[in-house]
Amino acid sequence: MSAKVKLATVWLGGCSGCHMSFLDLDERLIELAARVEFCLSPLVDTKFKDFPEVDVTLVEGAVANVEHVEMLHTIRARSKLVIAFGDCAVSGNITAMRNNFTVDEVMNRAYRETCAVVNGVPVGDDIVPKLVPKVKPLHELVKIDHYLQGCPPSADRIWELVTALLDGRAPKLERRFG
Amino acid sequence: MSVKTLTIDGKMMTGVEGDTVFTVAFHNQVQIPRLCHLGGVPDVGACRMCLVEVEGRSKLSASCMTTIEEGMVVRTDTEQLREYRKLLMELLLAEGNHVCSVCVSNGNCELQDLATHLGVDHVRVPYRHPRREVDLSHERFGLDQNRCIACTRCVRTCDEVEGAHVWDMAGRGEKLHLVADLGEPWGNSENCTKCGKCVQVCPTGALFTKGSAVGEMEKDRSFLKYIVYGRERHQWVKKP
Repeated sequence: MSAKVKLATVWLGGCSGCHMSFLDLDERLIELAARVEFCLSPLVDTKFKDFPEVDVTLVEGAVANVEHVEMLHTIRARSKLVIAFGDCAVSGNITAMRNNFTVDEVMNRAYRETCAVVNGVPVGDDIVPKLVPKVKPLHELVKIDHYLQGCPPSADRIWELVTALLDGRAPKLERRFG
Repeated sequence: MSVKTLTIDGKMMTGVEGDTVFTVAFHNQVQIPRLCHLGGVPDVGACRMCLVEVEGRSKLSASCMTTIEEGMVVRTDTEQLREYRKLLMELLLAEGNHVCSVCVSNGNCELQDLATHLGVDHVRVPYRHPRREVDLSHERFGLDQNRCIACTRCVRTCDEVEGAHVWDMAGRGEKLHLVADLGEPWGNSENCTKCGKCVQVCPTGALFTKGSAVGEMEKDRSFLKYIVYGRERHQWVKKP
């Protein structure tokens, strides 16, 4: 038997809804587990010091902070195929709605103008990663091999894309935002 | 009134002098993609989606603004046109703030449907993310400029069908936006009859009925056919 396809899923600036939709594959997850090696994902408990070399990475979320930028470049360097997984990854979507405001306005709104202010705006580089000035979809930073739209993409559409890639055929997908 | 014969996508078609290429194609089951065209109100050629190739012309023509000529040869669906339309759609999506997932018209939107039809899977131009206003001053309806594509269907319908002329476009380029009366909040408009025709003809979620949540705003344009047919034939019947 040939080596299993190595799959990773990553969660950048998104709400995890796409990963929840991935879990909606339900019993198909068992079928998938027989065909792929699930290397790295917020859904599994495997720990890696560095991002492993993989065949396919599904990337949920837009690029919103400096950690995402670094992570995305690492993913691109170590994955044969990178898939923009869901509307935030494809278009920025809700994550990018803060682009209408400056980073200062956003930080003030989140850390000063709320009723639950404790420490104010976080300072220093080691507490939370700094926001980038504008949230960007993945393809504005790295080459993307496939786009899976939807907020979130339905389990059926995720299944169609993943199985198409495993079978080496073109996926039959309706391209639809939202 | 003379009849003219032309060829659209290799098929012979006839129309009456003054007809547009778009109309003749439509009546012959050739669907040219469009966003600003709305049967019953005059065309303005705002969206450029209906671009076609006319043999002998070096430039592409908006089919809704091109009147037919005898012997004309038109192509509506070439690879180049499909690519231009796709890019046009991407420019529209990048120009405003079209966040389908939180839009009242999600699932019932002509912009979203056409993007799907044209096979847009991502936007190749950088998103602009302009800062635009939301006007909720009207008692029944709302205006979200973030979702407006400046098709001017509302402007023309309010002017030509309702006869109130509340709406106009102001500004240029990316500052182009919809204004009520002379730039008043919509709720202060003295001309607005609160009929809601503009809301029903809007192809996106830019104009909506207040109280609609995500995906709840469905537009109903049957009234337009009723009014236009009634005016033209003086027969006020529900199903012409």
